[in-house]
Amino acid sequence: MITGRNIDVAFGPKTILRGVDVDVPFGKLVALCGPNGAGKSTLLSALVGDVPTARGEIHYGNTELRHMDAADLSRHRAVLEQSPTLSAAFSVAEVVRLSIPIEYPPTDTQVLVAKVIALLGLELFADTPVPNLSGGQRHRAHLARVLAQLTANRNLFGPGYLFLDEPTASLDILHQIEVMKTARTMARSGAGVLVVLHDLNLAAAFADSICLMRNGRVASSGKVGEVFTAQTLSEVYATPISVQKTGESPLMILPDYHNAA
Amino acid sequence: MTLAETSPRKVRTLSRQQTVFVGLVCAVIVIALAEIAIGPVPLSLSEMIDTVTGQADPMPTAIVTQIRAPRMVLGLGVGLSLAMCGAVLQGLLRNPLADPGLIGISGGASAAVVIVIVLGDLFIGELPAALRPYLLPVAAFFGALLVTALILGLSKKNGEMSVGRLILVGVAINSIAGAGIGFLTYISTDTQLRDLTFWSMGSLAKSGWLAVLISVAIMAVSSLALLRFTRALDLFQLGERAAFHSGLDVMRIKFTACGICALAVGAGVSIAGPIGFIGLVAPHIARMLVGGAHRALLPASALTGAVLLLGADLIVRNVAPPQELPIGLATSLIGGPFFLYLLLRTGKL
Repeated sequence: MITGRNIDVAFGPKTILRGVDVDVPFGKLVALCGPNGAGKSTLLSALVGDVPTARGEIHYGNTELRHMDAADLSRHRAVLEQSPTLSAAFSVAEVVRLSIPIEYPPTDTQVLVAKVIALLGLELFADTPVPNLSGGQRHRAHLARVLAQLTANRNLFGPGYLFLDEPTASLDILHQIEVMKTARTMARSGAGVLVVLHDLNLAAAFADSICLMRNGRVASSGKVGEVFTAQTLSEVYATPISVQKTGESPLMILPDYHNAA
Repeated sequence: MTLAETSPRKVRTLSRQQTVFVGLVCAVIVIALAEIAIGPVPLSLSEMIDTVTGQADPMPTAIVTQIRAPRMVLGLGVGLSLAMCGAVLQGLLRNPLADPGLIGISGGASAAVVIVIVLGDLFIGELPAALRPYLLPVAAFFGALLVTALILGLSKKNGEMSVGRLILVGVAINSIAGAGIGFLTYISTDTQLRDLTFWSMGSLAKSGWLAVLISVAIMAVSSLALLRFTRALDLFQLGERAAFHSGLDVMRIKFTACGICALAVGAGVSIAGPIGFIGLVAPHIARMLVGGAHRALLPASALTGAVLLLGADLIVRNVAPPQELPIGLATSLIGGPFFLYLLLRTGKL
């Protein structure tokens, strides 16, 4: 499990995160939600080792994050950035292969690349240069790369963590659902998954727990039903929001457009 | 590769990439032989073989061993390493314009050389005559290293090296070096001016065996060392952050790779002058031939660079013999229009 305790992150004189506590347990999908500027992406950056913490501690299991180097970290976590980029005309298969560690056996690498490409429905584009794909396909190609990294390292070193920063932002509804299903599948297969999400309904439908942030602090965290209440959401987003629950289906979260601030 | 795959029953055809490499190696060999055979005194293949076996007349032997062979070896070394460094810098900085000249490494080396040519007599008058030939190479080398250290130091912003900053720092250093060179040119004597002009346009001509072997050895070792960065350079194409997420120590890779490039470029510039466009154009041609994966791109760039540089040298030596044009003229004359063609063809850089 990843445990973050009392995390402060500052860029120069500006403090972005204050006293944040967060857990990412193995086998669970945690959604990180909150308004723009709440510090979601910064928290993700701190948890994956991109930005140093000014205060507080982050542990991967028993190891403190600051004692892990780039190679160590890559064995335990994989990260999909908000806007992945690629400066060369690599094919989808080449991109997927990039983040698989060199110690992974070559034959297994081939199998894994094919499997992950199929999982994301990119079989027809395996040899297509990534820059020639549509925005959504490109994004899925990078997701495939990240899943390949996570899976290869799981087979070598045991389960790890998956971090997705707004993975549904550039996707249509069908692909949003597919990406979230994939994230949940990874969690069910043992990985700890943290997803930054703006879409509260997707979070309600797929997450095991929610960490809701505002102004660099955790406003509320816990099970979906506990965090996503009309009162909490309306307060955090500073606009009236209603939450509906019917039977077994996931919560429906609806902004009140007429009475919006 | 398993035994079954290499068994004679299976007909193996060369992949496109293998064909390109075979072609490039053949081109390097042919042009290297041409570099020895063609000149004011043409030599046949049998004469060339005779010089190697020691059965030729003294004159062709001297032409081959003292003039053309060191020149060919130097051309190979400079072409290979300039192109390789260009490919590495372009990959590292994710910028198709990156080139040892652009980020100021060649400029630093040139400034050091010009200082020695113009002001050398003031402070090295006491230097023993035997050491004087090595003064320029040593100065160029330290000029390149100094600028590289400066670039790497100044390009750090909040502990991270920023590509935009690096290129701007390179532009600034180039203009400072250019101003220094301009001033020294202004105060130089007529003889110095002639030396300066020719050195600054590059030439493979003034090269004795010892100096050639030393600098080519440095360039060869550096180029081999750069081949170890192929996977890292591929990962850099995802951006530095994603490269870090994939397990790469981004800062360490950048510093070592840039340092090695400085070594190679310094060694080349010191003896042949700042030869432009090879580091820029060769990787672009290689990318069209073998694609963007650095495991193929680096060696293909190196071979392309060798072909281009030796080709340019063949041209400048034979346009108006026994006069020689500076090689920088030929590389710029071929490289400039080619680069424009690339620009127009792809519509972007």
